[in-house]
Amino acid sequence: MTRPGAAGLIWALLVIIAAGIAARATYTADLSAFLPRSPSATQRLLIEQLRTGPAARLILVALEGADARTRARLSVQLARELRSDPRFIAVNNGDAASLERDREFLFRHRYLLSETVTPQRFTVAGLHAAIADSLDVLASPEGALLKPLFTRDPTGEMLGILEALGPGRGPRTTEGVWSSRDGARALLIVQTRAVGSDIDAQQAACQAIRRAIPAADRRAVRLLMSGPPVFAVASRAMIKGEVMRLSGVSAALVALLLLSVYRSLPALLLTLVPVASGALAGVASVALGFDAVHGITLGFGITLIGEAVDYSIYLFIQSAAHWRHSVWPTIRLGVLTSICGFAALLPSAFPGLAQLGLYSVTGLVAAALVTRFVLPGWLPRTFAIRDLSAPGERLARAVQKLRGVRSALWLVPLLAGAALYMHRGTLWNRALSALNPIPAADQALDEQLRAEAGAPDVRYVIVASAPDRESALAAAQTLGALLTPLIDQGVIGGFESPARYLPPLAVQRARQGSLPAPSVLSARLQEAAAGLPVSAARLQPFLLDVERARTAPPLTSADLEGTSLAAAAESLLVRSAGGWSALLPLYAVASADLSADAVARLRAALAQARSVHAALLDLQGEADRLYSGYLSEATQLAIAGFGAIVLLLWVALRSLARVTRVVAPLALSVLAVAGLLAALGERLTILHVVGMLLIVAVGSNYALFFDRSSAQPPQGSVPLTLASLLVANTATVLTFGVLACSRIPVLADLGSTVAPGTLLALWFSALLARPPAPPDAAPPSGS
Amino acid sequence: MRLRRPGVGVLILALAAACAAAAQTTAPPAFDELLQLLAARRHGHVTFTEMQHLAMLERPLESSGELLYDAPDRLEKRTLKPKAQTLILEHGVLTARRGQRTHVMELRDYPQVVPFVESIRATLAGDRAALERFFRVQFDGTLAHWTLLLVPVDATLAGTVKDIRIEGERDAVRTVEIRQSDGDRSLLSIGPEVLP
Repeated sequence: MTRPGAAGLIWALLVIIAAGIAARATYTADLSAFLPRSPSATQRLLIEQLRTGPAARLILVALEGADARTRARLSVQLARELRSDPRFIAVNNGDAASLERDREFLFRHRYLLSETVTPQRFTVAGLHAAIADSLDVLASPEGALLKPLFTRDPTGEMLGILEALGPGRGPRTTEGVWSSRDGARALLIVQTRAVGSDIDAQQAACQAIRRAIPAADRRAVRLLMSGPPVFAVASRAMIKGEVMRLSGVSAALVALLLLSVYRSLPALLLTLVPVASGALAGVASVALGFDAVHGITLGFGITLIGEAVDYSIYLFIQSAAHWRHSVWPTIRLGVLTSICGFAALLPSAFPGLAQLGLYSVTGLVAAALVTRFVLPGWLPRTFAIRDLSAPGERLARAVQKLRGVRSALWLVPLLAGAALYMHRGTLWNRALSALNPIPAADQALDEQLRAEAGAPDVRYVIVASAPDRESALAAAQTLGALLTPLIDQGVIGGFESPARYLPPLAVQRARQGSLPAPSVLSARLQEAAAGLPVSAARLQPFLLDVERARTAPPLTSADLEGTSLAAAAESLLVRSAGGWSALLPLYAVASADLSADAVARLRAALAQARSVHAALLDLQGEADRLYSGYLSEATQLAIAGFGAIVLLLWVALRSLARVTRVVAPLALSVLAVAGLLAALGERLTILHVVGMLLIVAVGSNYALFFDRSSAQPPQGSVPLTLASLLVANTATVLTFGVLACSRIPVLADLGSTVAPGTLLALWFSALLARPPAPPDAAPPSGS
Repeated sequence: MRLRRPGVGVLILALAAACAAAAQTTAPPAFDELLQLLAARRHGHVTFTEMQHLAMLERPLESSGELLYDAPDRLEKRTLKPKAQTLILEHGVLTARRGQRTHVMELRDYPQVVPFVESIRATLAGDRAALERFFRVQFDGTLAHWTLLLVPVDATLAGTVKDIRIEGERDAVRTVEIRQSDGDRSLLSIGPEVLP
């Protein structure tokens, strides 16, 4: 027995190497599985936003329970604690002190920040008009706000700045801190320093927030958190937990199944050898082929248990005597068809699918080779499992009986076709959210907190790229000037811009240049006050403030420190791959979405700004387009895979009739499952499509065995073949069925397609196969 | 003799309580009647003139226009002279329109502004709860000619507004005088009904 010995040695060596690679591999569970491998320019912007954009660092915190005073006290305490934590760049809870700091900053620097500061404004006529306007405000109820500032700011720059910053979108205030509309929750908005894609850091940030609530208050007050970092942490934990749980359950169920069939522990343990080898080889190959192994891939990999276990089932049940000559060639063809199916996923731009393809191809090849070359050498001489001939015979008779109703199979395409036709409008789910693992309840909470916190989910962003920070700010300024008229025209509701908090140097200089020297201003003011109910003498504080602003050093980001505006400026001005990007989030007028017309007019406005390199990014639209691209790509790949399988069968079987007999039940299964899903109101996603390809890839094995059984002269024992197929199919249905119970949509979609699909594939194959020749005991009577 | 002191004490306490109760509610039947009368009025459209005396200005600001009221919480002040501007108070949101600009603010966020608008709105609506939430209310006179003196209860409001005196005849408000803590004051005089 030298050959099996050598095979065992090679196997052991490869296992050690694969284990080494797998141990050193990087495992991730972030967005990367869903982001394109070679993105277009717009997709790159989208990815950058998802990974490092300001929205991806925002955590909404709500405190609920106890009384308003307790919540307010905790809010203040939490804010104080988090502000001293370097993991956070901004913590806002609406307390008076920080609002005051913001106002103080805006007021002090109003002549550098206000867009209305132009030379025109400081002429006699300009001053006269501006002061007259301020007097109008003074006469209104709002005058109460302006009055204390009037002698320092008679031209109303502060009011202009506040107006430009937009209406107070901020939350309500209860007991001096932000609260929900009904006052039942205290709200905080927190921004992490770490980028959104750094999930370890985000996890630490979430924990820091949780820990900042004193233990004594944890019982009375409930802490709610939401936002992209929270979701990223939660979905990573969910993927990890699900992969562990599902693979554990799958393995246990399959082991239980095999134990009850084999009634032999050694047989069970030997069965696990090809499965474990395949899984290890799969992980190692993905680690070699990709930067990181995604958690979702391991989840998909659970399916390998169901497939790889089949080979040893065939080996053990269909008596090892026939193995080399009759069983193995069929398995070989089955493995090849499965590989065709999975290999079709390799070129996918969706890294999750490409990883699934590579993992499965390698895993199946490894499992099949181990079953063929290693396992037979290890079978003990006394190896025996329960004889399944008797149940096999019963099975064969049952199949024989069922064959009578095979004409009813015509109903399958009819019913499935009808279901698909009736649901044709809602057949596909083209939104990326279809893959979102976050439970609907958490998404609803997020929406609610966002509405209450006045932190709308930003859908549209203008991204201006520039080589350096200053020119990015200048670009933001230029764009702001183009966008402002669009607000007045009602095209957009408003926008944010870093240039509002930190105008570009040139703009600051120009504004300073608009301010006249003291003697000039004093004389003009004297003249401007004529006819107004205010005397220039009272406005001395104004002259002093203008002079201070005229000679002040330019505003830098250091001046923003300590205000909540710093975070706004920092998150809207980011370092990017090629330099710097200024981000200008846009708000729609009424709803969250811009009309197509508004988008067209925005694009036209952007096209005018030739000096600026800017693009309008529709985050949700782009994400959906990306997913939609994946979906149509997956459909094409699935069709290509199906084609490759048919071609392979043609090459191997060389008979149109035989190929038809193998392919027909598979096509029927796919159709039936698609019809079933549609009838149940399920909207098809990319993973359903991939699942259909897997039905063909896995189901072809069954069809091939039936093909073999009905060959002349018959090969192998028909009852035993049937029994082994039933066991193998049950193992597959079990593992995919477990997957169908997953809380992660991508895994659930795959499972809920493949589990019923393979079950149907087995039965359709049985029904459509040519009646087997009578068993060996009674030789064919020659008909 | 030993019994007298507690007796006097009780008497004084009872008196004080009675005074306090009187001061709190000042509820002569006429006040309740007035509130009912005001509440019964669902719509109003009148002219106004307003004089504002601000210490930092050389002469008072004078303006005039129309006031529109729809029960219970919509109040519109259309200033026509010297410059057109519109202020609308609706469901606690104040919208100011001057020329091209519109400025929106939620009253809840600006407590300093509240007494200036809520005094008039709550009086017109006969909204006793709102009046007493923000002010201590004192009623004087008769239904035919009454005066309400509103003194802010909240310390932060009291910092800006000292008191508000509203005079009227039956369900018609005639003048609203707002005196601020810094000595500034304004007098809103309401003219005849504008006929549609």
